[in-house]
Amino acid sequence: MTADVLPALTAKVRAAVHPASDTCVCGTGTAVLADRPDGAVVRHAGTVAKAHAVDTDPGELSARMAVAAHPGLAGVLLAPLSPDAVALHGRPVTFWPYGTPVDRENPEAAPWEEAATLLAHLHRTPESVLPPGLPPMRGPAKAARAIARLRAAGPHPAAAPVLRAWAVLPAWARDEAPMPYSRTLCHGDLHLGQLVRVPDGDWLLIDIDDLGVGDPAWDLARPAAWFACGLLPAEEWTRFLTAYQKAAGPAVPSDTDPWPALDVPARALTVQTAALAIAKAVAAERPLDEVETSVIDACDRMAAHSPELAGGFAT
Amino acid sequence: MQCPKCHAPMHTYNRNGVQIEQCSGCRGIFLDYGELESLTRLEAQWSQPAPPPPGAPQAYPAAPAPAWGAQHGGGHYGGHHGRRQKGFGRMLFSS
Repeated sequence: MTADVLPALTAKVRAAVHPASDTCVCGTGTAVLADRPDGAVVRHAGTVAKAHAVDTDPGELSARMAVAAHPGLAGVLLAPLSPDAVALHGRPVTFWPYGTPVDRENPEAAPWEEAATLLAHLHRTPESVLPPGLPPMRGPAKAARAIARLRAAGPHPAAAPVLRAWAVLPAWARDEAPMPYSRTLCHGDLHLGQLVRVPDGDWLLIDIDDLGVGDPAWDLARPAAWFACGLLPAEEWTRFLTAYQKAAGPAVPSDTDPWPALDVPARALTVQTAALAIAKAVAAERPLDEVETSVIDACDRMAAHSPELAGGFAT
Repeated sequence: MQCPKCHAPMHTYNRNGVQIEQCSGCRGIFLDYGELESLTRLEAQWSQPAPPPPGAPQAYPAAPAPAWGAQHGGGHYGGHHGRRQKGFGRMLFSS
């Protein structure tokens, strides 16, 4: 399925760059940036084309595209080249300007402050900017899907603590009930691959597939989970959190312990990460590595501590 | 103030409450009465830290963490760093 879409997607992105010509006239190659069932991404010159997942709801994608294209989100979300998607092999395709991603080889240069400030601005988006029909953000849905993948992968000795940690989460975090706070614009899948730098030097958030309204603490929960699992040093976590608070982000209090707000989403993302790690290790018939083990160990420790109750978050 | 040795101007720095004059030319340092003792006292405090509070050792800067969190050990940075490098490139970039 994904292999089929790449040649056509490559032709699409070339045609978008060279609309008046049948062939490429700039002589640059076309690079495949991602090729997964939930998103194939190719780049040609300064243009990127993304084929979204087959099961993408056209109405929901249209509302998410409208948010990215809204002038009120300029400087926060990368705006599409065109607000409309085109169909290709049954998948919607959208077009975007190319931006430089975060350098995976250089942890010291990670833009923690910029990521946090962008999130704070995103979360402070007025409701008047949000189009009608904007769906909930898909963070809990992605966590539930990761658990489904773990269950489908077959038995694994590390699965039990992950499933135990999942079972004690509140229903909304398992995507089995509506989110209690659901009027804040959220990214829904924040990680360091979701930032690009555009030619003027500014960082912007990309990937609107999980964007929607919900609990903004979810967007902080992945760095929070990495910190809690020992993968992110306290200093970098503190830089991220402090920048978010300085930018008046609404997900956590500005001057007190953020963990009552972060606890449930950070647990959910730790469980999600552990579930995907096990599913991938089973599929590849390989043992878990040290990083994956540290995430599963965190799930194991969760059993001894009930989720924090934060003002009705745990329903 | 001028350096008594090379006569270049001296600049004042504050280190943990102790005023230190350093020469901009020869980099020599001038201490007022009692300042050497102050520095010696500070050094002793630095090399003999107060006993850590009970519970998990905290990395600098101290950040609140959940009860289920891993221990961020300050003294194991070398070992931790390797895991962090591996985790950074993969974990911190995927959904």
